[in-house]
Amino acid sequence: SSHEYKLNFKKSKEMCLSYIQDAMLQKQWKKAAEFLTFYMESLEKDFAREYLSPSEVIWRIGTEILCHHSHSSMKEFNSFTEQMKSLGVKRYLKVCLEHTFHLLCDGLIDEAYQNLSLSESWRSGDQTVIQDKEMKLIKAYRGLLDYYNWSKQKNILLEHGQDGFEDLSVEQEMHSCFRKAAVNLKEIIKIPGVWDLFVKCYVDLLEFYGDHNEARQVLNEYAYNSKFPTNPNAHVYLYQFLKRHGESKKSLVSALKILHDVVPSHELMIDFNIMLQKSKKRKRRRLGLEVIFAVLDYAGWKENVKAWSCLARQLKQIVISEKHLDWIKQEWNSRKDWWPAFHFSRYSAKRNWQENECLSHEKALVAGILLGKDCKYFKYVSHQGCKAQVKRFRILKKFVNKHNPVYLRVSG
Amino acid sequence: RDFNERCAQCSEVNWGLTDGGRFYCRSCHNVTERTTEVVNTDFVCNSRIHTICKGLKNQEKTDGSCEWYVCEGFQLILKKQAEALEALGVCPQMKDEVLCNFWRRYLQKTKQAYCNTSAGETVKALPVCDSSTDVDSEPERPSPLQLLSLSESDGNLQTDSSFASSISKVSESTSVCSGSVDGSLYLMKNRKEKLRMTMPMTLSFCYMALLWLREPMTLSDLLRFVVEGHIPYLNVFQDFPEKMKLYGLDLKIFRVESWPVYEEVHKKMLELAAFLDLPRFPDITDSCFLHPDMLCMKYLMEANLPDELHNWTCRVVKKIRIGEVDFLTLVPGNKSTRNVKYDVLAAAVIVVVLKLLFLLDDHYEWLLSDFAEGRNKNNKEGGPYFEFEKWYKVIKCSLDRKQKKLDEERAKYLWRCEKVLFYSDKMKSKVLKRRQTVVNLQNQFGKLSGSVLPAEKPNPSSFQLSWSEENTDGSCFHGHSLKGVLQEKRGLLTAKNPDYWLCTVKLCNEKTCGHRAHYREVDFPQSYHFVIRLFSFLLRIQPSYIHDEVCVIEHKLFNKKLCKKPKYSTGLGK
Repeated sequence: SSHEYKLNFKKSKEMCLSYIQDAMLQKQWKKAAEFLTFYMESLEKDFAREYLSPSEVIWRIGTEILCHHSHSSMKEFNSFTEQMKSLGVKRYLKVCLEHTFHLLCDGLIDEAYQNLSLSESWRSGDQTVIQDKEMKLIKAYRGLLDYYNWSKQKNILLEHGQDGFEDLSVEQEMHSCFRKAAVNLKEIIKIPGVWDLFVKCYVDLLEFYGDHNEARQVLNEYAYNSKFPTNPNAHVYLYQFLKRHGESKKSLVSALKILHDVVPSHELMIDFNIMLQKSKKRKRRRLGLEVIFAVLDYAGWKENVKAWSCLARQLKQIVISEKHLDWIKQEWNSRKDWWPAFHFSRYSAKRNWQENECLSHEKALVAGILLGKDCKYFKYVSHQGCKAQVKRFRILKKFVNKHNPVYLRVSG
Repeated sequence: RDFNERCAQCSEVNWGLTDGGRFYCRSCHNVTERTTEVVNTDFVCNSRIHTICKGLKNQEKTDGSCEWYVCEGFQLILKKQAEALEALGVCPQMKDEVLCNFWRRYLQKTKQAYCNTSAGETVKALPVCDSSTDVDSEPERPSPLQLLSLSESDGNLQTDSSFASSISKVSESTSVCSGSVDGSLYLMKNRKEKLRMTMPMTLSFCYMALLWLREPMTLSDLLRFVVEGHIPYLNVFQDFPEKMKLYGLDLKIFRVESWPVYEEVHKKMLELAAFLDLPRFPDITDSCFLHPDMLCMKYLMEANLPDELHNWTCRVVKKIRIGEVDFLTLVPGNKSTRNVKYDVLAAAVIVVVLKLLFLLDDHYEWLLSDFAEGRNKNNKEGGPYFEFEKWYKVIKCSLDRKQKKLDEERAKYLWRCEKVLFYSDKMKSKVLKRRQTVVNLQNQFGKLSGSVLPAEKPNPSSFQLSWSEENTDGSCFHGHSLKGVLQEKRGLLTAKNPDYWLCTVKLCNEKTCGHRAHYREVDFPQSYHFVIRLFSFLLRIQPSYIHDEVCVIEHKLFNKKLCKKPKYSTGLGK
C-alpha cells in the first residue's frame, strides 16, 4: 500500500470517516466516538450541497453510537437530536420522525407524541412542499399514537363499566382521540403503500363505532386496488373482517382464494382447506384439494400433523367414494417426481415414526394411497405400527391394502 | 532630529518621523528612506512599510480595526516562523538579518514597497498589470553585502507622494470584500504572477534563509516540523493582532487547508532565489550538515544501518562527484545546475549502496543474511555480522507501528482553530452558530470517548527513529560488521555481490513527463520497495521521488558502461 504524505482537509476527513466506520463495524463505540469528535469540524464546511453531506453522516453515525454506547442516555440522545434538527432545514422532518421512532422504541410514548405534534406545526418557507412525504408520515404516526391513546381510554372505560363506574371525561377523551386518529389514519391509507398497522387500527376504530360499511370499503380498497403493492396481509385482514361479520361463504372463499394465489403456504390455507372440504359444491372441494397439496409443497409444512391430516382425510374420502380419482391424478402428476424423495423417504419414515407417531400415521396413509402398499414409507411405518400393536395402524394397513390398485390409477 | 539635510523637493529642513520610523518633510510630505538608527531591526507588527504621512485618515476605524495590507500579514507570519525556528535552535541571524532582507528584497522586486513605483500606481492601471513603468528610475541593485547589512538606509529610494491619495481609493473599493485593504486586488492583480505570495511560499522563504545560513535542517525536517505544529503555519492568523481583521478574500490568502508539499515549496524556493537576483549561495562544503556525507551518516543512524556503510556512501558520493562544492551550492537562476534536494540525494545514495552490497532482488540479500546468521551462531567473537533479515524484521516492526500512528494522526488532524473566519458579515452569524454546534458535539462525544488522553504534541526532534546500542535485545545494528557481505580482493574490500540491476534503462525527460523515472511498486523487488518506503517515511515524500533520484545516481555511477554497450547487467565499477 502506498502511503501518501500529502494531506488536505477533505482527505483527512475521509480518512477519519473510514476509521469511524471500522470502529462501528467492530462495535468499538468509544473509539468511534473519539474519531467522531475529530470529524465534527467538517460541519463547518457543510455549506456546499454534496451527495452525502457531513451533517447527515454525523446524524446517522452519532445516533448509532448513542444508541449503543453504554454511557449514553436518552437525555443525551435527545439533546443530540435537537442539534441535528437545527443543522439542516432540508432534513428537519426526517430527523424528527426518526427521533420519534427512537422514543417509541424506548417506550417514551408521551415524548414521542409531543415530538410529533411539534413537528406537525413546523413551517419553513417552501420546505414544506419538499418534505411533504415526511409530513404525511408524521401525521400518520401521530394518528397511530392517537389510536393508542384511544385504546387506553377504551380499556379504562370498560374496566369502569364492569365496576359500575361511569366516567364522562374518559369517554369524551376517548371520542376526541378517535376523531384525531381517524382523520390522520384515513389520509395515509389513501396513498398506495404498505400500511398494515394503520389499516388495522383504523378498521378497529370503525368497527367499534359501528361503521362497518366504511371498514369493509377500506379493506376492499386495501386488498383489491391495483395501485397498491401486492400484500397478502391485506387479504388476511379482509378475510378476518368478513368472518367476524358472518359474511357469506362466497366472499370468504374469494378472499382466501387470492391469498392462496399469492402465498400458497400461508397458515390460513389449513382453515381454507377445511372450509372447502366441507362444501357441497364440487368446484370448492376440488379447490380444497389443490390448496392442501400446495401447502405441503413447502418445507415449512413438512412435519405439520394438521396439514397432513387434512390431506389424508380428503384423499381417504375421495378413495372411498371412488369418485373424482382424476382430481388426485391431476394433483399428483406434477408431484410424483419429487414428493417421494421430499416426503416419503425411508429416512423420513424412520424419523417420523420415532419423533411423531401421529404424523407418521397421516403421512403413511397419504403415501399408501399415492404410492401403494409397497412403497418404502408405508411399508416401514405400517410394519412398525403393527409391531407396536397400535390399533390404528392395523386399520391403516387394512385400508391401504384394500384400496391398493388406486395408486396405479393415480400415477397413470 | 539630527537629520539636517535639505529636503529634495522643497529644500526645507523640517523633518518629522513616520510610523515606520522614516523621515518625512513636514512641508511637502516628501518621505525618504532615511531612518533613525534602529538597533533592533525586528519588525514591529503594526508598522506599515509604506506608511507615508502621519495625517493618514482612518488609521484606526471606530470598530477597533485598522487598515492593513496583505504583505503586512505575510510579514507577520514570517516573523512568527522565524521566531519558532529560533526556538528550535536556528541562529538568530536568520530572523534578524537573512529572512527580513530576503523579504524586503521581495517587496522591492514586486513593487509593493521600497521602490519608486508604488502599489498605488498599479492600482490605477488595474486592468493592465504591468507595473514596470519606470525602468530608468530603477534603483541600483544593491550588492549582496548591502543586502546583508544591518542598516536600512538606502538613499536612492523614494516613495511617491501620490501614494497617499490612492490608498483611500483602494480602501473604499476593497474593504467590503476583505479585512485587508488590498485583499481582492491582491488576488485579482497577481493571478498570473508566479511569485504571488502564498502561505506555502512563506516556507520557501524560510527554507531559503536556512539554506543561506547552511543551518542543519533539511526541507523535509522543516516541513515535518510544520505538520507537527512546531512552526506556525496552519492557523497562524490567530496571532495577528486584534486590530487586523481577517475576513472575506483574506481567507483565500491566509487560510490553509492542506499540508505543504515538498516539491512545491522547493520549486518556489528556486524560483524565488532567481527572482530576487540572489547571488551564489554560501558554499556547501563537506563540513556542512547538508553535505551528502553528513546527511548519509545521519540517515544511516536513523535507519539503524551499520556505521560501516558510511565508507561506501562516501565512496559513491566521491565517484559520481556529488560531494563537490559547485554541485551542491545553489546558484539561483542557473538552469544547468541541477536542483539539489539534499535529503533526497542522501537517501538515494544509501539505497544505491544497499543495492550494491545486497543486490535487493528478493533473493540474494536473504542468502547473504543466512550466511551471516550461520556465522553469528557459531562464532561469537569479534562482534556480530550484519544480518539483513534481522534488520528487516526490526525496522518493519517499527516502521509499521509509526506508519499506523501517522495514519491515525492524519485522520485526527484538526484544521480549524478557535478563531472563526467568515467570508462576509451575512455569513457571520451562521458560521458562529455552526461553530457553537461543533463545539457542543465535540464535547458530547468527547465524553463518550472514554479516558482518552489528548494527543500530546511530540517534542521536536531531528531524529524520528532512534536506536541505542545499550539495548540488550540486539535491535541496534550500528556496530554490526559488514564482513558478511564483503570479500578481500587484491588487498581491497569489495562486495561479494557481483551483480547490479538498474532501476531504469533510460531516464525520462523531466520537462515532458515531470519525472526522471516511473515507480510502480509491483514492478520492483519487495526489498527494494521496503527500503524506498523506509526513507519515504522518514522524509515524508512520495516513494517515487526517492526512486527518481536513485535512477539518476545509478546512471551517473554506471555512466561509462551505459554509454558503451546496450546490455548492462553486471560489473561494478568501483
